[in-house]
Amino acid sequence: MNFFNIIDLLAEADPDVLDRFSSRRAVFNSLGTVAQRTALATSPLFLGALFQKAYAGTASLPTDILNYALTLELLEADFYRQFLAAGQIPAGADFNAITVIKNHEDVHVAYLRTAIIAAGGTPVSGTATTGIRFNPSLLPATYADQLKYAQVLEDTGVRAYKGRAAELIGTDLLTPVLQIHSIEARHAAHIRTMRGQQPWVSLGDDLATDARFQAAYTSGVASSTKTAIALGGTTYGIPAYNPAQPSPAESNQQQGAAGTKLAVLITTGIGSTTYLADDAAAAFDEPLQAAEVLDSSRAGGLLA
Amino acid sequence: MSDHTFLPAWREQSLGRRVFLRVSAASAASVALIAAGCSTTTVTPTPADPYQLALPTGDPGLLYFAYMMALAQTTLYQKVMDAPPTDLTAAERAVFVDLRDHKVVHQQTIRYLIDPTGINQLLPTDFAFSLSKFTLTTRAGVLAAAQQLADLAAAAYPVLLTLFTTSSIPQRTLLLKMSSVQARHAAAVRDLLTPGSFANSDVVDSAGQLLTKTPTEVIAALAPYFAPYVISVAGLAVPV
Repeated sequence: MNFFNIIDLLAEADPDVLDRFSSRRAVFNSLGTVAQRTALATSPLFLGALFQKAYAGTASLPTDILNYALTLELLEADFYRQFLAAGQIPAGADFNAITVIKNHEDVHVAYLRTAIIAAGGTPVSGTATTGIRFNPSLLPATYADQLKYAQVLEDTGVRAYKGRAAELIGTDLLTPVLQIHSIEARHAAHIRTMRGQQPWVSLGDDLATDARFQAAYTSGVASSTKTAIALGGTTYGIPAYNPAQPSPAESNQQQGAAGTKLAVLITTGIGSTTYLADDAAAAFDEPLQAAEVLDSSRAGGLLA
Repeated sequence: MSDHTFLPAWREQSLGRRVFLRVSAASAASVALIAAGCSTTTVTPTPADPYQLALPTGDPGLLYFAYMMALAQTTLYQKVMDAPPTDLTAAERAVFVDLRDHKVVHQQTIRYLIDPTGINQLLPTDFAFSLSKFTLTTRAGVLAAAQQLADLAAAAYPVLLTLFTTSSIPQRTLLLKMSSVQARHAAAVRDLLTPGSFANSDVVDSAGQLLTKTPTEVIAALAPYFAPYVISVAGLAVPV
C-alpha cells in the first residue's frame, strides 16, 4: 500500500485534502519512527483514523446519512403500523393506499438497514415498543386527523432526503436515495389527494396554518442544535445547524444559489412572463437540514 | 450550418461549446470511416442534415435534456387547456392548470439557467413537440398522454441528478427541487386515470424505489414526438 499514492488520489477528488492534513509529510513525520510509520501506514485502521480526523466536522459519513434516513423511515413505518392498527381507515381504496405506502416504508427500512451494514455501520433500530417509533400518545382518534400526520411525515420525508442528497454526490448511494425521495413525493401527493388538498405543497394548504403541523412547511429550529444523535441503539452524526442559513420555507419563491448566482424571484425573474406566487412556490419542493427535521417542532417531536 | 449563436456564459467555459450543435452528415460519415479502420483521411462533404440535433456535452447538455422534458409536458398541458376534452371534469381541468403552470415555471427556470439573458434562441424555430400521436379529444386519452410524459420525466430525474459533474452548482439543487414536484405530478395524474395507482409496481421496484430511465432511454421514448428532428444524447454523461 502506497500511502502517498492514496493521498494523491484523494487530492484529485478533493483539492483541499492536503490542507486538511496540514502537509502530508508533517502528518507522517509526527507519527514516530520509520518502523512505526511503516506498520501504521499499512494498517487500514490507521488510514481510517487519519481521514476521519482530517474530515471531522466537515462531512457526515455515508452511514451517518443512511442512519438519519433510516430514522425517518422507521418513524414512518411505525406510524403506518399504528395507523392501520387503529382501525379507522375506510375499507377499499383508502385502506389499500395506506397498505401500499406502509409496505414501501417497510422495504425502505430493509434497504437502508442492509446498506448501512454493508458499509460497516450499525443501523438504528426500532420496534413497536422500543427504539425509534412514532409516539403512540400523539395518534389522533379520528381518521381525518390521522391522515394529517401521514401528510406531514411524507412531506417532511421529501424535504429531509432533499436536504442530504448533496452529501452523497459521487457515491453509489445517491441514485437509490433519490429513487426513495421520489417515492416519498408520490406518497405525499396521494395522501394529500385523499385529504382533499392539492397534491403539491401549496400556499393554501390547510396544514400550513395549523399550529400543530405548520412547522413541517417552515424552517429553522426551536431547540435542536445537536450534532450527535443517540437513537435506536446507536449514535450517528448530523451536520451542525447553521442558524445563518436556515432552509427555505416551502412558501419560498426565490431560487438560485447565493454566492454563485443571484437569487431570482421566480414570479418575475425568469423571462418576460410573470407567474403566480402559488405556482412559484409549488413548483419547487424545499429541503430541510437534518437538525431542522429532527427538531422537536418536526419529526423529532413525533418520536416516542 | 447553424443560425444559433454562442451564449456568453457558455463561451467562457473551457470547451467554448456551441449552444446547440447541429451534427453534420459529414461528421457522422467520418465517424463511420474511423470505425471502419481509418482507411482514408478524406471525407466527401455532404450537406448538413438540418434535423440532427446533438445535445451539448457536460452539464449544459443535461440542462438541455431537462428543458426538453419540460417542453414536452408544457406543450401537452397547454393543448389540454386550449382544447379540453368535453369529459374532462372541472376539477381535473383545475389540476391541469397547475400542471401547466408548474411545468412552465420549470421550463423557464431551466431556460434561465441555460441562458440568463433570455434573448437567445435555444432551439430551431420550427422545433416542436408533436402531439399528433396522442388522442387528446377524450379524457382517457389526455390522462394517458399526461401520465406517460409525467412518469417519464419523474423516472429521468434520479439518474439525471447524478450525472452533473460540478458539485456545487445551483443547477443541481434547482433540478432536485423540481424532481419531487415532478413525482407529485406523476402520482396525481396516475390517480386521475387509475385511482390508487400513484406508486404501482410498474413504476416502483420491490425495494420501494422508483424505476428510473437514463437520458438515452428518455430521448428514445420521446423520439417519435420530436420528429423530424433527431436528438442525439451521445455527448451526455452516462450513468456508471
